[in-house]
Amino acid sequence: MSGYASGIVAILCINLIFAYAIFVTAAAGQLNLGGAGFQAIGAYAAAWLSSSAHMPANVTIPLAILASALVGFVISFPVLRTRGVYMVLATFAFGQFVSGFLLRSPTFGGAIGMVVADYIGVGALVICAVVTTLLVFFLMASRLGLAIRSIHDDELVSTIMGVNVRAVQVAMFTLGGALAGLSGALYAHHFSFVEAQYFNSLLSIYVLLFVLIGGTQTAWGPLVGSLFFTLLPELMRVGGSWRYVVFGVVIVLMMVLRPQGIVTRALVARLSPRNWWPASSRAATRVSDAG
Amino acid sequence: MLLEVEGLDVRYGRTHAVKALSLQVADDELVTVLGANGAGKTSLLRALQGLVPASAGRIRFGGVDITRMSPPERLRQRLALVPEGRQIVISLTVHENLLMGAYCRSDSDVRRDVEGVYDRFPNLAARRDMPASVLSGGEQQMLAISRALLARPRLMMLDEPSLGLSPLLVERLFDLLRNLRADGLAILLVEQNTQMALEIASRGLVMELGKVVLEGPSEALASNDRLAAAYFGHAAQHAG
Repeated sequence: MSGYASGIVAILCINLIFAYAIFVTAAAGQLNLGGAGFQAIGAYAAAWLSSSAHMPANVTIPLAILASALVGFVISFPVLRTRGVYMVLATFAFGQFVSGFLLRSPTFGGAIGMVVADYIGVGALVICAVVTTLLVFFLMASRLGLAIRSIHDDELVSTIMGVNVRAVQVAMFTLGGALAGLSGALYAHHFSFVEAQYFNSLLSIYVLLFVLIGGTQTAWGPLVGSLFFTLLPELMRVGGSWRYVVFGVVIVLMMVLRPQGIVTRALVARLSPRNWWPASSRAATRVSDAG
Repeated sequence: MLLEVEGLDVRYGRTHAVKALSLQVADDELVTVLGANGAGKTSLLRALQGLVPASAGRIRFGGVDITRMSPPERLRQRLALVPEGRQIVISLTVHENLLMGAYCRSDSDVRRDVEGVYDRFPNLAARRDMPASVLSGGEQQMLAISRALLARPRLMMLDEPSLGLSPLLVERLFDLLRNLRADGLAILLVEQNTQMALEIASRGLVMELGKVVLEGPSEALASNDRLAAAYFGHAAQHAG
């Protein structure tokens, strides 16, 4: 694999895991616009443990996941008291706080950033991305996944059906923190350098776009969304600076033409192997795009 | 007594929605709560399910004090609510909605019980893998009731289930409730359709401005002038 191709694959893997971090909270109805903050915690935890405490990547990565999961858990309590646009603002503020803190902290290299001692190759990133994808697919197919989708639609009804809505939301925020931390730790160990400026609000916005435009109804959404958003700008490189304009137009068109995201449950049902044969495709084609 | 409510008070800020209400429902009894809009009937059911806190009073269910329990805990005590406006989860399929009904259960009979629902309502079986949003109003109500039944309740509370249904579907709904009661399920029914509710209930309560103003056997209530006053007197006040 060429350096260019392996770089794209690495970014794709990191973006995919990051997208699933935001997806698991979004699937339960919470928008997290502080994704970069959680990713930064994972990246800096791994960087610090690797460079200052001289730990190998197979120790730093689990610890980085633990750190960002813990922050996700603690942050979920104040954040879940807010709703709608206020939740978006609260998580955004959290992301800003983290990058601001890292920028001013001498322990973490401040504006200079940190070099990460232990290197991991693209193969490990691919394995982590595949495992994360399978994990999220399994989660969404489980009984808990059903509760998550039910909460997304209607918290009150979910409560009446016996779901402890708050506990599920806290769990998803914690899992989201863990996955974002994993993506950050992988970033740190693969690119061997972290700087606070990278984990800015634009990154948080991008990852939320991956998820919202990919679709929050099924675990396919973030997969398609992150592929689309990682590869499209690369494919448009031939167009020079104009690619940003085209990219913006594509995003606006997506939101107008398909607000529920590229992948919906109805689309998955239509494309499901069960329905490749005419006899059983009847039911799927009658499924409408709900929600 | 299966359900015993004593001196229940519900307040939302300055609004006093339910005032010192007492109520009993025996095993396999169907009790109806009647009253005009804003009488506090929905607030009563929400407080019984734990969706709003009781500001005073005590709720005992099956001999257990459930006053401070969360809604999921009450459901595990097998007290279920069919909320107003049916409230099915529209982006889940019919089948997934039914599975949500059994969410509180951990036994292995869920699959059999869901199949039982499909036997009872072939319309639901035909649409099992479609989003619940494609169902008609009557089918949605059947789904909402079936979903509540999958929690295997000892007492099922229904909030105006006949709302928005055609007369024919209302007949079928009340037939279903009559059958469920005959099968031994206790039912607490909040209704606007006074006449039909009193036909299937053994006892009734009439609420007005958060209080029980009239209580007794259905036959006695059906012929009581105060019942009409509870609706029309109230309506007249609004009109004036």
